[in-house]
Amino acid sequence: MTTTAPPVTTAPPAAVPHRPRISRAALYLLLVLATLFFLLPVYLLLATAFKTPEAISLATTWQWPRDLNWASFREAWAKVGGNVGNSLLLAVSATALSAVLGSLNGYALSKWTFRGANTLFALMLFGMFIPYQAILIPLFQFIKGLGLYGSLGGLILAHVVYGLPITTLIFRNYYAEVPDALVEAATIDGAGFWGIYRRIILPLSVPAFVVVVIWEFTQIWNEFLFAATLTNTSSQPVTYALSQLAGGQAVSWNLPMAGAILAALPTLLVYVLLGRYFVRGLLAGSVKG
Amino acid sequence: MKGLSRDRLWSVLVLLPSVLLLAVFVYGFIGRTVAVSLTDWGNDPAQALALNPVIRPVGLANYQELFTGFLQVRFRQELVNTLFFTVFFIAGTLGLGLALALLLDRNPRGEGLWRTIFLFPMSLSFIVTGTIWRWMLQPQGGLNQFPAVLGLPPGRFEWLSSTASIWGLDWNRVPLLTAAVVALALGVVAWRAARAGNRTRTLVAGACALVLLGWAVFVGPNVQLLPAPEIHGFNLALIGIILAAVWQMSGYTMALYLAGLRGIPEELREAARVDGANEVGLYRHVVFPLLSPITLSAMIILGHISLKIFDLVYAMTGPDNTYTSVPALNMYLTSFRQNQFALGAAIGTILLILVAFVIVPYLSSAFRREEGHA
Repeated sequence: MTTTAPPVTTAPPAAVPHRPRISRAALYLLLVLATLFFLLPVYLLLATAFKTPEAISLATTWQWPRDLNWASFREAWAKVGGNVGNSLLLAVSATALSAVLGSLNGYALSKWTFRGANTLFALMLFGMFIPYQAILIPLFQFIKGLGLYGSLGGLILAHVVYGLPITTLIFRNYYAEVPDALVEAATIDGAGFWGIYRRIILPLSVPAFVVVVIWEFTQIWNEFLFAATLTNTSSQPVTYALSQLAGGQAVSWNLPMAGAILAALPTLLVYVLLGRYFVRGLLAGSVKG
Repeated sequence: MKGLSRDRLWSVLVLLPSVLLLAVFVYGFIGRTVAVSLTDWGNDPAQALALNPVIRPVGLANYQELFTGFLQVRFRQELVNTLFFTVFFIAGTLGLGLALALLLDRNPRGEGLWRTIFLFPMSLSFIVTGTIWRWMLQPQGGLNQFPAVLGLPPGRFEWLSSTASIWGLDWNRVPLLTAAVVALALGVVAWRAARAGNRTRTLVAGACALVLLGWAVFVGPNVQLLPAPEIHGFNLALIGIILAAVWQMSGYTMALYLAGLRGIPEELREAARVDGANEVGLYRHVVFPLLSPITLSAMIILGHISLKIFDLVYAMTGPDNTYTSVPALNMYLTSFRQNQFALGAAIGTILLILVAFVIVPYLSSAFRREEGHA
């Protein structure tokens, strides 16, 4: 590379040491443009949800409603409120179960390793990536055979099992950071498998539990395929109910938009309040921890 | 801590339920799906939901039907859709994610707020995203009305309802094209092995490439999957779905790239500057090469998501739009609406094979590396 640039033109050492080149104004302009792309759908969502059915027309899509019409939410709640309850029950119980199992698995896999533990773990992880279409028919038969078809129980079972790979992964990677010396010292002091787990591992696990709970809760709340296959009208989660709400031709758009807001609020709230841990789970999902 | 102590027994006991569950629910069920795909279960509607259906083994007939059957045009269009969707979805998500990460890496004010905005769609379900974007992309509304806000005539693009397609290819030429592409890939492997001085690998890969190339030139043109040409291309209505998918997922790549950019030590940049690199050169020769492992893992994660995607399509164009459908959606409909379980199982198996091509090398390489460190 040739160094023809005279030293005079190089930027003087600034408070922010690196990455000058584009001006601050251009930087903010680009960020605002990107923000428009990300937030315009939200604006449209709110504007439509607050309109009365008569005020919704394609030509005035982008206009903010003159009077806020809260009735859409009442009507949408009447249609999908029960499904929100189903989703809540499903997501909370399946998340709790798979988090506990994942923590124990992660502990066993990282602190009591044996030959072939990594291979076993890789085989477990594969379950996280398979398209569920490849197991859907036997799963459906199995759940039906257990007499759990159409109940939340079957759906909870499916989510707990297929959640195991990711929860195990996150806990295993987290516990790998806990120094082995700590465990060895406890062994010398006479603590066993459960003693070490209870007194050393578990008290250190809070951040990992937060990551796993956020991740699993969001995933299970947002899932659609199992919801569509393993449930019937009484036990359908909100994602399925919303897809039916939006699918009808006669329905005016304020209703699905209000429904979408109801279906999105819980995970959105989790994200806004605990975003840092959400990102950590996200990055853990790409295998390396 | 050697030997079979009580603690070790506990650790095995703790792992056992999960291992057994996953063995059955993942590997057992996959085996069962493959077995079902080799039968005729559900091909006769009367037998599909019978209490004790008569199920006969039919070998690979379901697969043959999917790739060459007159009635399964939809599936073949879906495979082509998946291919185009995957390419544009990954390109769009990586491009936008990298751009956003580069912007945020310049330490703008309120960085946390920008990041929150770019990442929030990740917390939504594809059904919610699909519902919103379906309204955005209505033929005469939403995005098409957008120019009208600025005083221009509204757009006319049929985001989700277009039936036009571009870049059509004849399905009969798929074997030929596949062989050519694989031969090319093997050729590259051989060339790289030759440069690395690995004689055996060069010979094996080169020979395989030559055999495939020979097949493609001499036999390929005569293979006819279907009696008549069948054209499948990139359907323009998919653009709307890709747009929504990029909106939802580019925050993810932004987070990955931002973590990568923050991990590059300042000394490295300084050293490059001292060596005379300008900003463009710095990014080309120092920053981007360091980000390439992130790009690879993002491509794999996004690739397997895009092969499996179907709820977004379901929410945006409905289950019955064959122009924008994907195999994952077809599998659900075939199995649980038409009760053609064997055919559905075959589609599921094909999906699994596609995903395995992406995931298995990734997992095995990740773990080989780890075992090497241990």
